[in-house]
Amino acid sequence: MSKIMYKDALRDALIEEMNRDPSIFLLGEDIGVYGGAFRVTEKMMDMFPGRVLDTPISEEAITGVCIGAAIAGKRPVGEMMYEDWVGLTLDQMVNQASLLHYVYNGQVTIPMVMRMQGGARASASAQHSKSLEAWFTHIPGLKVMMPSNAYDAKGLLKAAIRDDNPCIFIEHKLLYGTRAEVPEEDYVIEIGKGDIKREGSDVTIVATSAMVLEALDAAEMLAKEGVSCEVVDPRTLIPLDKDIIRTSLEKTNHLVVVNEAWKTGSFAGEIAAIVAEEMFDLLDAPVVRLGALDMPIPYSPALEPLTVPNKDTIAEAVRKMLNN
Amino acid sequence: MFDNETMKLLYKRMNIVRDLEYALKEQHAAGKIRGPVHLCVGQEATGVGAGICLRDDDYITSTHRGHAHFVGKGLELKPMVAEMMGKANGYCGGRASHMLIACKEKGVLGGCGIVCGALGIGAGYGLSFKMDKSDRVCLSFIGDGASNEGMFHEAMNMMALWKTNNIIFAEHNMYGLTVRADRHLSVVNISDRAKAYGIPGVTIDGNDIIEVIQATQEAVARARKGEGPTLIEAKTYRILGFSTGDKGGYQTQEEINAWSTPEKDAIARYGKYLVDKKICTSEEIADLAQAAKDEVNEAIQYGLDSPYPEASTLMNGIYA
Repeated sequence: MSKIMYKDALRDALIEEMNRDPSIFLLGEDIGVYGGAFRVTEKMMDMFPGRVLDTPISEEAITGVCIGAAIAGKRPVGEMMYEDWVGLTLDQMVNQASLLHYVYNGQVTIPMVMRMQGGARASASAQHSKSLEAWFTHIPGLKVMMPSNAYDAKGLLKAAIRDDNPCIFIEHKLLYGTRAEVPEEDYVIEIGKGDIKREGSDVTIVATSAMVLEALDAAEMLAKEGVSCEVVDPRTLIPLDKDIIRTSLEKTNHLVVVNEAWKTGSFAGEIAAIVAEEMFDLLDAPVVRLGALDMPIPYSPALEPLTVPNKDTIAEAVRKMLNN
Repeated sequence: MFDNETMKLLYKRMNIVRDLEYALKEQHAAGKIRGPVHLCVGQEATGVGAGICLRDDDYITSTHRGHAHFVGKGLELKPMVAEMMGKANGYCGGRASHMLIACKEKGVLGGCGIVCGALGIGAGYGLSFKMDKSDRVCLSFIGDGASNEGMFHEAMNMMALWKTNNIIFAEHNMYGLTVRADRHLSVVNISDRAKAYGIPGVTIDGNDIIEVIQATQEAVARARKGEGPTLIEAKTYRILGFSTGDKGGYQTQEEINAWSTPEKDAIARYGKYLVDKKICTSEEIADLAQAAKDEVNEAIQYGLDSPYPEASTLMNGIYA
């Protein structure tokens, strides 16, 4: 097995799936001639003539076209480039993609994937740095996934493309260059299955997307202090793998939830609420949520890193929890 | 244009739509149909005329005011009414309401309660047909209000750019919600906006079903040949206000009367046309109108007699 980059794992997933199924096509801004803002679709336009479409800068219509094409029997993979721009197309997700299968009483399916990336710490400023997954997890009918490494990215993207529901596939701008071992042979990751990224016994850290890397760094630091952290990556938010969280808490009885989204109204809060409702007996201490400060993300390199959790704030939260 | 039987069918369908609307209004007042219902009295020629130009395997996207579109595309009255009453044997099992009716088999995909919300989906249908090198087309109905939405611009540009198999059929009924067109549109004719996308745009008399058919046939032929979309603007008038919840007061009686004369009214005009062209006798016209009434009454009774969906089905099929 070779170590490949997250962006290349995504590209491989797209290429392999497009070779397998001629109904798949891609559309989005900059994805064709240019090869994608994050190089995920590099040279794919030549590999798949007529199936990699550069679109106008028209986010709402991109989503609408995906929905229509999906109903008409294709498997479109759209790209939103920046998650922050999704406000321009949310209607299509909230009022069309998510509900037509149910409201039309199963007459149609909408097998579409909308790829997008989010996250801070790239000096992209307030309109290109947000983590908005909670907007989607709030909408029944959508599936939402946030892979944290190249292996998961490839397996989950393949699963999303093969799924018959609208899938929101959220990448992170800082993960595109990270590497992981990815097998040559075809594999998919089951949607709704989390993964233990590090085993431990004292505290469970549930983390998503790039925060998984911070949580792993924090666990490494804490290990030197004699604290054993288990890092759980749900990988998929909707549907959520509650069992993996429960099994971990049965061992650790302590929970820190970390995401990069604004703390108020974030999916970390949903996980905390589920645990409080369904697994309260497993807890020896109150759940701690970590998220971005509830404020616009500033540009200055002196300020931006202060807005989102990192390995130090995660480690500090764990220490505080265990010392109380 | 069409054989005489089809010409008569169109007259019957227009009557079905109008009778249906008044029957629904009555049922709404009686509490048998709930929620706001958007009626299309006065606009029968557009949906019925455009629909007859399409095949079953062509798609339409509709609006919140879609009853003439549904009848025009060949939907059956009984499951339509059952859907409007929230009944289990409605087209969507009572889940959709009168606004969101869909029938894949007949290419109605589907009603839409968000103004201009389905135009991008229509573009997706048209693009898919084009990619498949098929001559199937999608005709998207929109209203005058929809032409001011962002999606209108985005989808029109995309359809024009890619020459997709689409027809955009704008029913200009003079009002967007309660606001008259001269207070919400920067242009007199929505078809002028076609120029901005480099596609043909035509304005027609939307109360003349013959004009509707001619314009639609031309646009459909263009789309089938892969030559791209056409914007048809059909000028018409919404007699009964925005919805059953509309308190009125902004459409003057003079205006309503002016659009209701035999010279303006779509059904009266088409009836006269059929007699003048000797396609029908006056007696046959009366018979067709009576047959429409009977069908509507039967469908209303069918809806009333139909069962509601079981509570046990509530959460079935949220995901595929």
